[in-house]
Amino acid sequence: MGAEMALQIIDRRLAGKNKSVGNRERFVRRYKTQIADAVRRAVAKRDIRHIEQAENITIPRKDIQEPIFHHGQGGVRDTVHPGNTEHVRGDRIARPQGGAGGGGGSQASDSGEGEDDFTFTLTKEEFMELFFEDLALPRLLRTHIASTLQYKTRRAGYSHDGTPHNLAVLRTMRGALGRRIALTKAPNRELKELQDALADLLAQDDGTSEAVAELQQRIAGLQARMGKVAFLDPLDLRFRSRTKVPEPSSQAVMFCVMDVSGSMDQSRKDLAKRFFILLYLFLTRHYEKIEIVFIRHHTQAAEVGEDEFFHSTESGGTVVSSALVLLDQVIRARYPAADWNIYVAQASDGDNFGDDGGNCRNLLAEKILPLARYFAYVQVAPDEQSLWQEYSQLLPLFPHFAMRKVAEPGDIYPVFRDLFKKEGVTV
Amino acid sequence: MNPSQYPVLARRKGSPHWKVPFSGDRSQRDVPATPRPAGQRPNQPLPDPSDWTFELIERYHAAIAATAERYGLDTYPNQLEVISAEQMMDAYASVGMPVGYRHWSYGKEFLATERRYRRGHMGLAYEIVINSNPCISYLMEENTTAMQALVIAHAAYGHNSFFKGNYLFGMWTDAGSIIDYLVYARDFIAQCEEKHGIDTVEQWLDSCHALANLGVDRYRRPSKKTLARERAEREQREAYAQQQVNELWRTLPARPDKNSPAQHHERFPKEPEENLLYFIEKNAPLLEPWQREVVRIVRKIAQYFYPQRQTQVMNEGWATFWHYTLLNTLYDEGWLTDGVMIEWLSSHTNVIYQPPAGHRAYSGINPYALGFAMYRDIQRICEHPTDEDRRWFPDLAGTPWLPALHHAMQNYKDESFVGQYLSPKLMRDMRLFSIHDDASERELLVSAIHNEDGYRNLRQTLSQQYDLGAREPNIQVWNVNLRGDRCLTLRHTQYQGRPLSDDVQEVLKHAARLWGFGVQLESVNGDGNVPVLLHSVPAPPA
Repeated sequence: MGAEMALQIIDRRLAGKNKSVGNRERFVRRYKTQIADAVRRAVAKRDIRHIEQAENITIPRKDIQEPIFHHGQGGVRDTVHPGNTEHVRGDRIARPQGGAGGGGGSQASDSGEGEDDFTFTLTKEEFMELFFEDLALPRLLRTHIASTLQYKTRRAGYSHDGTPHNLAVLRTMRGALGRRIALTKAPNRELKELQDALADLLAQDDGTSEAVAELQQRIAGLQARMGKVAFLDPLDLRFRSRTKVPEPSSQAVMFCVMDVSGSMDQSRKDLAKRFFILLYLFLTRHYEKIEIVFIRHHTQAAEVGEDEFFHSTESGGTVVSSALVLLDQVIRARYPAADWNIYVAQASDGDNFGDDGGNCRNLLAEKILPLARYFAYVQVAPDEQSLWQEYSQLLPLFPHFAMRKVAEPGDIYPVFRDLFKKEGVTV
Repeated sequence: MNPSQYPVLARRKGSPHWKVPFSGDRSQRDVPATPRPAGQRPNQPLPDPSDWTFELIERYHAAIAATAERYGLDTYPNQLEVISAEQMMDAYASVGMPVGYRHWSYGKEFLATERRYRRGHMGLAYEIVINSNPCISYLMEENTTAMQALVIAHAAYGHNSFFKGNYLFGMWTDAGSIIDYLVYARDFIAQCEEKHGIDTVEQWLDSCHALANLGVDRYRRPSKKTLARERAEREQREAYAQQQVNELWRTLPARPDKNSPAQHHERFPKEPEENLLYFIEKNAPLLEPWQREVVRIVRKIAQYFYPQRQTQVMNEGWATFWHYTLLNTLYDEGWLTDGVMIEWLSSHTNVIYQPPAGHRAYSGINPYALGFAMYRDIQRICEHPTDEDRRWFPDLAGTPWLPALHHAMQNYKDESFVGQYLSPKLMRDMRLFSIHDDASERELLVSAIHNEDGYRNLRQTLSQQYDLGAREPNIQVWNVNLRGDRCLTLRHTQYQGRPLSDDVQEVLKHAARLWGFGVQLESVNGDGNVPVLLHSVPAPPA
């Protein structure tokens, strides 16, 4: 019976959210190629700092349709509609444009969505996952987390010594008060007894007796003693104590160094950009704060903005070491290695002036590589010139130095993966 | 309220349903001729703060339940589950199934739902009801107290009693418990994925889904097996089925006396088979046992959803009629405040709004509007018949409305319900007209309108519009080339000259994957009897 029927109310709000996650994953998995393509296209359009956002992915509807048998256009259809205002039997009406609409309404939208492409939003996380599915920051586990480069001071109670600006006044005064009470309690009690006795004596005689004098003397002695208890004693001082707590650095700086001499055409720069983007994206996964410094060079190096970096062409020769000198200066001036994780990505077509290659190698070996967390050199041209040969000598010496050649956009991602391959790669 | 798109599942437990007669008057409980008398009038109406509490839900439920009982609504026990909006979206995506196997298409559904919802193109349904015993209704936590009352009346008493009462649900959805079956299906498919790889299973499911609409028995009564037996019989069935298939495809030369000429012309199957998935499950020669079982699972689930697709107008109309009637009764008897009334009525009005043809928002007949209006009309015909009603509904006019209404709910599906009960008055009220659209003509023809000449025609046309047989193409297994390349021939019988859509070729590829050999599709015109070969798909690569 309805009324007596046991009603059960269950609160499910906390249970089993995201039941569809598994199905969603299946969907993404199935259309991974399309989605990955869309992600790649999106990357090309965005600028480096804004790379990490959710992305709308559109897949042609026909690709995700599940085919079933159903009626197509044509044939005879009889349908009933509401809201007749003007028709009588036998009226002829012009066929509405756009296929089955109006007249053949019953058939119109089985899938409910019309003909548009299927669009959905890839979350920021999924977007990133698609890039970094099997990457991990090089040496991250070994150095970034394990070694502690940055310290943070933290309150750690009170101590007896310290600098005046750390004086904890309240604590100090409280201690002083306690000490004063402790040191004067007994004398006070005695003083009070003596004063009472004195008062008794004075009430009995004229106050000239020896006993009175003795009492007065003892009272004076006690008062002197109590007067000597300091209001504030060095013992009372308390200072706020701070200890240094090691904390892994959460900021990184990424240097993009690129050759913009005449031989670097737009497509080579594009290759370089993709590489920089990937590195940037990758770093954002591991650091809270990332700064990017763009250094471009031909015969001279300059620090520039992103737009200029990628879109202006210079002509003339190339002196790579000029950029490395500037890089070193900027690091020392603004990004001390103790506070910053320094990443350098250098892109060039390998062209360099005369014997500058040796300079570059020395600069790297002596100044830059000891400070940098990772240095990747990407050559966007196939031939091995002096710079490549000089850099090659660094490979065995510095495990965090890597170099590769990239010929076309498709190479970037594999090279990148190669560079930062998961776990234990002695790059 | 838009739960109509979401399948609802009936589950019967305990009572041996095969003993329940399906035809005729199947009411499990006596429906009173008139509503039973009300209890004592409350001193004051139920409180109506906009934020609900569990205690309030219980009090509203008690009032609604008592009223429903007076109207003779027979329901499964109710289980109300409070869920969040995210969970509601999950429920949407899994087409209302509380449990489901993993498949990308549900992920697609979820993404589409989520996107529409986030962009504000669509509100979420206020409720989804899962038909099971006890009947589970979802209440969204965002709903106000008044809306929760509406949902309880609509889902927990309206839909619930429909599921328990309608003959189609009784006939098709009672094999043990659907929820247990879904759990079994999910586990089985997960096992298959472990064994054979996600891609293999996904491909297989894709192919099954492509034919799922043709994986239902339309006329044959389903066998009644409990889930326990189902499970226990599986291994047995696998072994046996394989044997049967081998029997069918035996390559030993037939004995001379059997090799009569007649046999060459005999088709297999002898009679066309409407259930493609069933035919494949039983006869495809090369399937591995797990593949057969997956075909079976998809086919079973499709079969469970079949009645739901046939009773949309009736089901929604019934639920809407009852939330309307129950809440109004409660108001009349002093249980509800004006605020609650205005709130749910505003919702109700939106739900039953029927934009006229040609209106920007028009997308066919709103099943809520039609169903609600029809039940109200039946009530009117019973209580206040006109002369016209007496002519059209001699058996109905002037009889007690409650039993008549229950009878209409129990023994019809949309097609026959419209055919039986759509009254001239309602056709006039809705200003119905029918359009004859012949693709070979330049213009559309208005074939009937709401007048004396048109009533019967309109009623018949609308009834056919709800006939799944006319809405979906009629495709059956016609023949298998037993002695040659084992090619499977499907035959499409055209309905009113309607051709098949363009993606037929794709579906046939799926069919070929399931069958394991070539598949061809031929089409016979309604009048001419010469089959035309439409498409042919070669055997899938091994």
